[in-house]
Parts: sequence; structure tokens; C-alpha cells
Amino acid sequence: MKTAPVKLIGVAANYLVLSLIALFAIFPFLWTLAISITDKTVASGVSIFDFPQSLFPKAITFNNFFEVYRVFGLEKYLLNSIIISSLTVIGTLVVSAMAAYPLSKMTFPGRDLIFGAMLATLVLPSETNFIVNVLSLNKMGLLGTYWGVVIPTIATAFGIFVMRQTYVAVPDSLLEAARMDGATEFQILWRIMVPLSRPALTALGIFTLVNTWNSYFWPSVALLGADNLQPLSVAMLKLKGQFNHDSFNVAAGAMIMMIPVLVVFIAAQRLFMRGLEGAVK
Amino acid sequence: MKPKAATIFTAYLLLAPALVLMLVFTFYPVLYGAYLGFTKYTAANLGSNTPPTWIGLENFRTVLSDELFRIGLVNSLKYLIIVPILQIASLAVAVLVNKQLPGMAFFRAAYYIPVITSISLAAVMWDWVFTREGLLNWLLEFFKIIDPSGSFGWLLNPNTALWAIMLVTFWRGFGYYMVLYLGGLQSIPSELEEAALLDGANAWQRFWKITVPLMRPTILLCSLLSSLAAIRVLEEILVFTNGGPLNSTYTVLMYVYQKSFGLDFDYGVASAAGLLLAVVGFVLSYINFRITREDPPKREAKA
Repeated sequence: MKTAPVKLIGVAANYLVLSLIALFAIFPFLWTLAISITDKTVASGVSIFDFPQSLFPKAITFNNFFEVYRVFGLEKYLLNSIIISSLTVIGTLVVSAMAAYPLSKMTFPGRDLIFGAMLATLVLPSETNFIVNVLSLNKMGLLGTYWGVVIPTIATAFGIFVMRQTYVAVPDSLLEAARMDGATEFQILWRIMVPLSRPALTALGIFTLVNTWNSYFWPSVALLGADNLQPLSVAMLKLKGQFNHDSFNVAAGAMIMMIPVLVVFIAAQRLFMRGLEGAVK
Repeated sequence: MKPKAATIFTAYLLLAPALVLMLVFTFYPVLYGAYLGFTKYTAANLGSNTPPTWIGLENFRTVLSDELFRIGLVNSLKYLIIVPILQIASLAVAVLVNKQLPGMAFFRAAYYIPVITSISLAAVMWDWVFTREGLLNWLLEFFKIIDPSGSFGWLLNPNTALWAIMLVTFWRGFGYYMVLYLGGLQSIPSELEEAALLDGANAWQRFWKITVPLMRPTILLCSLLSSLAAIRVLEEILVFTNGGPLNSTYTVLMYVYQKSFGLDFDYGVASAAGLLLAVVGFVLSYINFRITREDPPKREAKA
């Protein structure tokens, strides 16, 4: 048996390692936060590379936030992010909630084939799909529009599986009873399945929201040449270029983009820690 | 009982949006993209509205004899080095936060924050780390690992740029795999761990002799996901270096991107390069599945 002091040292060592890893994980945010609230107008001058002082700003201000908002026109990109994310979340939820119902609770020819095909999308090499998708959007006249960014991303095997998993758990007797009472399949879906699967819908919505808010490559390609529709994630690099010599503004812009994600994450922490992937087993 | 026509109709009506969207934006791109790989199809075709013309293996010859593609392939394969490091580290971190100590929820959450960070935000923040007067050089000078006179920008040096970007991939990835591993760890019976403790096994031995063998299926799955992500690395490259300096971070998908929309608008050549990358991905998956299937864990024989 180990003696008490040895155990204590072990626990302390554990926490030391855990804290060092935590520092590695979040130091970029702490530093960026510190830079964003640094008063850059102080007479002696400040540099973000003046370690370790730059991590502990002496004079604090929120001016950088107002400045980046005004000069860069951040509200435009913020609005684009909000529109694209909302459309994507709503679209994903509607499409997934609808498609999962027949796949879990109805018998019809072709069901297994369709389900198998959707499963296959998980292993299909999709990394170069953007080429053809841009060409298709171009043909449809949707290239460089909000819908062009949103529509190709809303029907995913992942979303449908998450919903299907929840629907499967709803007892058939409930549906049979509703059918006896003359309910149509649409009514069953809307009045029974959707209310019963609210937690899954919330989870799927939050995941989609965070993913869309953060996504960089697809919106940058689908909005090529439509700069005024770009979301914050794409505009962030432009911001970095424009304020190359004013890192304080860039940091403020970065915090504006990060804070909503952090709020959602802290509120729905359990969801992320459980790993929604687990729901698709 | 045979389903009624009305039922079938309703079922397909509900499936229609998902089916149509997946057909158009998921299946069609794979098939049509594969076809484009064998055709001549450029921005000029779009302008004059002429369909692609079949040219057989011409694009593949172009791609395979292109020095840039070879550089990209080498760099993408080099990126695989991140896989074992990331997987072992994530598993170790998962073991650490799986302990029954107070405050673990905080650490798990903290480690997950980089996962929910947009790559463009990561680019903004990590640029300040890698630049010449940045945090990394300051740390290395502080610990007297490098001399201030010899400091350089990590993303501007062809010898270090790819490694610097890998560090960001590591940073954004370990929390993600940690969560996947945590799920697996919770299914290991604690008696095993306790028995090993009684036998006097130290933490290092327990990790390699108990955790790693029992977590084998999860490790293999995560390694596959991680390998596929590694050879398909693109976003990190775009936001940090755009393939430079001196093509030292130029990857296969960077090639595909530049051939298609970044530079050349040659969709045929880009698709051909994409097909070659898909083949590499299939080979990696195949190797992974072979490893998973054969060689069942030896512990059964011993027990």
C-alpha cells in the first residue's frame, strides 16, 4: 500500500500535468483576450510581443472593439454569419427530422437501399466535391448567394442518423394508437415524434450552429467574388490583413467571433463531452 | 402486410428533400467528378458553354508528371507523422481526465475549446505565436534553447513551416480524440486496473499493457479518421501559408484547389488529382481495416 504523502505527491503531479495541458489549450484565447482589451493609446507605447507584460495589460479599454466594429464594418460580416448559420441550422433540422421518420417508423420498398446509400456517404471520398458543387451552383445561378452556401450542406447522413436514433426509441404502440385514432403520418411526425425528440433536435442544432459558424473553406469557395456576403470566419483573414499593424483591433475582432461559440459551448458542455458521434453507433 | 400506396407516397414525400439534396450535392459530385478526371474541362468551357471532352488518361499523365503534385503528395504523406503523436497524446490525456478527481469536468472542457475554434481564428492567434518576435521564440529564448540572434519566423522558414502547422492541427485535434477515447475508456472494467495496481504495475506499464491493448478498436478507428484528415489537409495550409514558403507546405488538396478555383480553373486536371488522392485514402483505409481484422488480441490465448 502506498503511504499518504506519496499519494499526495501523485495527485499533485496529476494536477500539474493537467494544468500545463490546459494552459497549452487555452493560452491563445487568454493572450488574445488580453490584447483585445489593452489600451494601445498609452504614451509609453505597447507591443503585443512584450512578454510577459502583454499578457497582463496595465490599462484596460473596450475601444478596440468599437474601433474594429466601426472601421472594418464588422456588423456586415456578423450579420452574414448569423444569416448563414440560422438558415443552415433550420434547414438541417427540417430535412433530418423529416427524412429520419420513414427510415425509422415506416415500411416501404427501397428503405434499406436508401438507408445503405446514406451510410455510404460516410465513406465516400468527398474532399473534392467542392469542385462539382461550385459548378452546379453556378449553373443554378446560386453561386455567390446565401443559399448557395447553405443548400449543399444541410442534408447530411450524420443529421439523419442522429434523428433516426431518437425516433427508433419511441415505442411503436404510441404510433399505432395514434394511427387508430385516424392520425396521418404527417400528424404523427409533427405532434408526436418532433416533440419527443426535442433533446436530439437541440443537440443537432447546436452542433450544426457551431460547425457552420466556424466553417471556413466551403463559404470562402461558394462566395468567391461575393465578398459582401462572407461570414465572419472568412472575413477574419481579411481583417488580419487590413489591420496588420494594429493587432489590438484584430484581437478584438477575433473575440467578437469567438465569444458566441464559447457561450454556446459552456451552456451545452455536456453535449460536446458526450460526443454526438456516440449517438450514431 | 403489403404497405399501401398512400404510405409509400408519404414515405418518399418525407424523404424527398434529403434524397434530392444528397443526390445533387453528395453523390453526383463523386460520380461527375470522377468523370471530369478523364475529360478536358476548363473555365473556357463554362464561358462558351461547351461540354467536357473525353481525353482518357491525359489528365493523369499531366498530374503525375507535375513536380508540384509530387511535392504536394510528399507533404500530405509527411503530414501523417502527426497521426501517431496525436493519437497517443489524446489517449494519454483521456486517461488523465478519466481519473476520479475533482475538477476533471473543467479540464475536459478546457481541452475541448480548441476543437470548437474556427481555423481562421486559430490562424490569427497562432500567427502571433510563430512570428519572429512571437511567443514561441520568446519561450525558446527564455529557456535558452535558441539564441536570439538566430530567431526566425516559424511559418516563413521552409524547414519549419509544415511542422508549425502540424502543431496547430495537434492543438485543434487532441480534445476531439480525447472525447472519443473517453467513451472507450469507460467500458474498461476497473477491476483490471485495480488488479494491475495490486501487482505493483506503475502508471506507464498500466497504460501500455492494459489501456492500449484494450482500447485497440477505438485507437484504430481514431487513427483512420486522423490519417484521412491528415492526407486531406487544406484549410490549415490556406489560412497560414497558402502552400509556401518555397512550396514547403504545399499539399495534394492545395494542388486540387489551385488547379480548380485558386489559380488555373482547370476542373479536369483538378478532378484527376482528386481521384488520385481518393485512391491514397482508400489504400490507407484498407490497411487500417486489415490491421483491425487480423491478429486478434493475444490476451485471450493467455487467459
